[in-house]
Amino acid sequence: MSDYVFMDDRRYAPTHEWAKVEGDIATVGISDYAQHTLSDVVYVELPEVGITVAKGDPVAVVESVKAAEDVYAPLSGEIVEINEELPDNPEWVNEDPYGKGWFFKIKMSNPAEYDELLDAEAYKKRVAEEEGH
Amino acid sequence: MVYIPNTDAEREEMLRTIGVERIADLFHDVPEPYRNPRLNLPQPLSEAEILAELRDMSEANADLDHVAIFLGAGSYHHFVPSVVDMVISRSEFYTAYTPYQPEVSQGVLQSLFEYQSMICALTEMDVANSSHYDGATATAEAVIMALNVHRRKRKRVVMSPTVHPMYRQTVYTYTQGMNLTIVGEDAPRHDLQALADLIDDDTCCVIVQNPDFLGRMFTPQEMQALADAAHAHKALFVVVIDPISLGFMVPPGRYDADIVVGEGQSLGSLPQFGGPYLGIFAFKKEYVRKSSGRLVGETVDAEGKRGYVITLSTREQHIRREKATSNICTNEALVAIAAAVYMASMGKEGLRRVAELSYHKAHYAAKRIAEIEGFEVLSSWPFFKEFVVKCPAPVQEINDYLIEEWGIIGGYDLSQDYPDLENAMLLCVTEMNDREEIDALISAFQEIAGGALESSVKFYLPT
Amino acid sequence: MRGPEPTIYEISSPGRRGFTLPELDVPEAEIPAEFVRDRLLLPEVAEVDVVRHFVRLSQKNFGVDIGFYPLGSCTMKYNPKVNEVAARLPGFTKIHPLQDPELVQGAMQLMYELQQYLAEITGFAATSLQPAAGAHGELTGILMMRKVIHEGRGEPHRTKVLVPDSAHGTNPATTTMSGLQVVEIPSDKRGNVDLNELKKHLDDTVLGFMLTNPNTLGLFDENLLELTRLVHEAGGLMYGDGANLNALLGIAKPGELGFDVMHINLHKTFSTPHGGGGPGSGPVVCTEELAPYLPGPIVDAEEHDDHVHYVWKMPERTIGRVKAFWGNFGVMIKAYTYIRMLGEEGLRAVAENAVLNANYLQTLIKDVYPVPYGFRTCMHEFVAQGKIEGAPDVHALDIAKRLIDYGFHPPTMYFPLIVPEALMIEPTETESKQTLDAFADAMKKIAEEARTHPELLKTAPHEAPVRRLDEVRAARHPKLKDVPGMED
Repeated sequence: MSDYVFMDDRRYAPTHEWAKVEGDIATVGISDYAQHTLSDVVYVELPEVGITVAKGDPVAVVESVKAAEDVYAPLSGEIVEINEELPDNPEWVNEDPYGKGWFFKIKMSNPAEYDELLDAEAYKKRVAEEEGH
Repeated sequence: MVYIPNTDAEREEMLRTIGVERIADLFHDVPEPYRNPRLNLPQPLSEAEILAELRDMSEANADLDHVAIFLGAGSYHHFVPSVVDMVISRSEFYTAYTPYQPEVSQGVLQSLFEYQSMICALTEMDVANSSHYDGATATAEAVIMALNVHRRKRKRVVMSPTVHPMYRQTVYTYTQGMNLTIVGEDAPRHDLQALADLIDDDTCCVIVQNPDFLGRMFTPQEMQALADAAHAHKALFVVVIDPISLGFMVPPGRYDADIVVGEGQSLGSLPQFGGPYLGIFAFKKEYVRKSSGRLVGETVDAEGKRGYVITLSTREQHIRREKATSNICTNEALVAIAAAVYMASMGKEGLRRVAELSYHKAHYAAKRIAEIEGFEVLSSWPFFKEFVVKCPAPVQEINDYLIEEWGIIGGYDLSQDYPDLENAMLLCVTEMNDREEIDALISAFQEIAGGALESSVKFYLPT
Repeated sequence: MRGPEPTIYEISSPGRRGFTLPELDVPEAEIPAEFVRDRLLLPEVAEVDVVRHFVRLSQKNFGVDIGFYPLGSCTMKYNPKVNEVAARLPGFTKIHPLQDPELVQGAMQLMYELQQYLAEITGFAATSLQPAAGAHGELTGILMMRKVIHEGRGEPHRTKVLVPDSAHGTNPATTTMSGLQVVEIPSDKRGNVDLNELKKHLDDTVLGFMLTNPNTLGLFDENLLELTRLVHEAGGLMYGDGANLNALLGIAKPGELGFDVMHINLHKTFSTPHGGGGPGSGPVVCTEELAPYLPGPIVDAEEHDDHVHYVWKMPERTIGRVKAFWGNFGVMIKAYTYIRMLGEEGLRAVAENAVLNANYLQTLIKDVYPVPYGFRTCMHEFVAQGKIEGAPDVHALDIAKRLIDYGFHPPTMYFPLIVPEALMIEPTETESKQTLDAFADAMKKIAEEARTHPELLKTAPHEAPVRRLDEVRAARHPKLKDVPGMED
């Protein structure tokens, strides 16, 4: 079953968000495992640009027909950009969770938090545990 | 045993399959001392006996086949075409549960979709849900929706004093745990500018009724001005409507209402002592994710054929649980289907006729009453089918006389809700009141003006 | 099966009429033009169009009158026809809720007696008939508990409501609506509330506990008395979700088992039909302590020498009214009729036969499908799992849809949440052994088909008015109305 994609170029939160850093900006989305568990995504709700968020805050929502999940900020900082096209194309979360299906970008206020996130290997282990559960 | 098909022999066989001796063995988890308590209930009756008793009980009520009625105040005696009860008596509809399995529920689902469509047409709003419990709870749900649109950060509600008193009370009940400030009820009646002045940046919504509880119709321009005042502070504009009035009145979608609620009983249901009724709930599409109640949507099946499903359920309690937009589950689906049948039967021409007949008859009655010495029509404003009359005696005394001497149910005693409206009666006239009845009411009032109350023995003396 | 039914708008033809109204018999008054709308986009159809349209739609719908409807936790019992006749008596339908009480004494008598019967059946002191549905009753009950504790007992710091993980979604949703916080308590291996977990949360922030008993696994909590004692000792109140009361009629009174307040679903337990989603009725019953907080007005009786006189009475510390008028009176008439026809023995027989039918069906089903708590005696319902050995790709959904082809309404799916692939089955007392046998046979055949012809299940239903519907499309591109001339 576990043929999910895990990307080495980013880190993961235990709540299944990924963060990819360029400079002090982190792009955030949900993992391939998360989109697979949700099944067909029908709706995403994104935060307002300009708000300040703390690591662990619920800042977005992703929904399938039968489930609604919060998306938590994996890092603290300011929301500087959102994927404006995503609400009209929620299927991108399923089709390309690590690319076109990104949610928002955070300007990190505490870049050290990034190192606390799981790397692909650790996250993969975590997913395997959750699956076996 | 009535309604239980199995015989003793069948029960024995079933017990053997389960592997227990007696039915009582199935209840061993129930704490012994509390098991099989006595129920002090009347002896069971046969169908003929209970129907005879119920007929007696029902005949102890003064029903509208035997009296004329000029009482409204949120429950109305409008015409109900025969087709309505015929349709909702189809047991495919009335013995179904909530349409959780769409493939075998297309009847209910399409009927509710058409109800939603016709409510949107009536109100000119983008979206209507498939019902709340009644007008009062729909109003309370509108407040909660407005709070949620503002992510619960705004804590103030502006509510007009001429929203139905029971709706206002229900808003208070629903929101008692939410730390809200509700203002506006002390504002001068019918003064929309006074309400506008109360709106601030902490206000989540403004609620007004049109026509209001006292029957006043506000112009689209007046309503638009209040909408603008609300929107200037990003507050939502909530309008409580009477669906019959929309037979000719400009709908709230045309004056920028954000949420429209109302009592849908007039659309095909009899007054039936207050329920089940129908909570109309419509809104702008940008708020759909914050809305409460069930929504039916169109889709296609695996072969591409059109079909209907409950949709956007992630707002609802069975999925969102503590984060749901409301706890509502069971609604008033069958009453909504009745409303759909009513709206389809009357159509655009029929509904307009019902509204106009009510308007003309109410104005005829008001004009005649205004001519009677001692009675004063306080409705100096444009009104729809209800108007306020100041009487020469307490309303209760007038109403006692009307029923005793004339077989007429008089109007609503406004002093219960508005202490300054002493001896004031809210009268309602619909297309069901013919001229003879109205003229009888006029004659009765003339008798009262002539001193009839003093000479009459008081009706019904509770000892 | 016929193709899709056109919508009422598609049938519409300009100028067609389906109504008659009296001619205007008074002088016309002027309607100022500024009030008048420029269009009203309702359909224009004849009476025959309306009747055929809705009758055809009804034929695309499954109800209890068509067949077995074992929807767990919904108590889809047969709805006696005498109820419908009773509720349509003109002396009940053609009365206005605000008529002088002197003119509606018969209706008030019915309400008063129903209040008494419901309190007697459940072992409580008082009843309000005002709530319109189960969830509405929950809101009522939790607001009452909040007011008793915050104001009556002066403990406003109590804001937590404990809810088992097996609870209906309405319980946590109600708690939030009441301005309180939810704490979820897990279940133990026997399907009871885990008392050790419960104890960890029983502090002075607890307002109360919401418990459905029998719970949504169909099990009577074996530690109920201990649980209610612990909650009371901690200063909390017990809310009873009466969704599953059918199992307890004449068997036990929740008011004697330690509950403080509960709602009753007349549309489940007391045979009133569910109307395709409503109307229901959710009366609330409670102890002496909570009675002054009930919503109202309720009906009170004044005894006189030769008669009883019924009056409206607002409980003195009421939470306020929860809707306009008095409640869903039309539904009350049906429940009243049912109780009067059954009496004490009849009601007890309802519970006994409901539990017998459920255990019988559980015994038949558990040979074929996993029943995680099948080692216990169930009450009125049980939860099986839609897992079939040798058919890994078949899910509860597929089994449910295939049942439609066999002429049965599917059970409740994917609930309770704590059982994966749940199929929650509630047969009720009004089903015969033959029906239960036929259903069990179908379930067995479906398990066999799952192994040999899984595609038959994956593409089911085959015998319904429509095939499986695309819910993803409906949610991604919501189309919530279709009015020619209006934007979507």
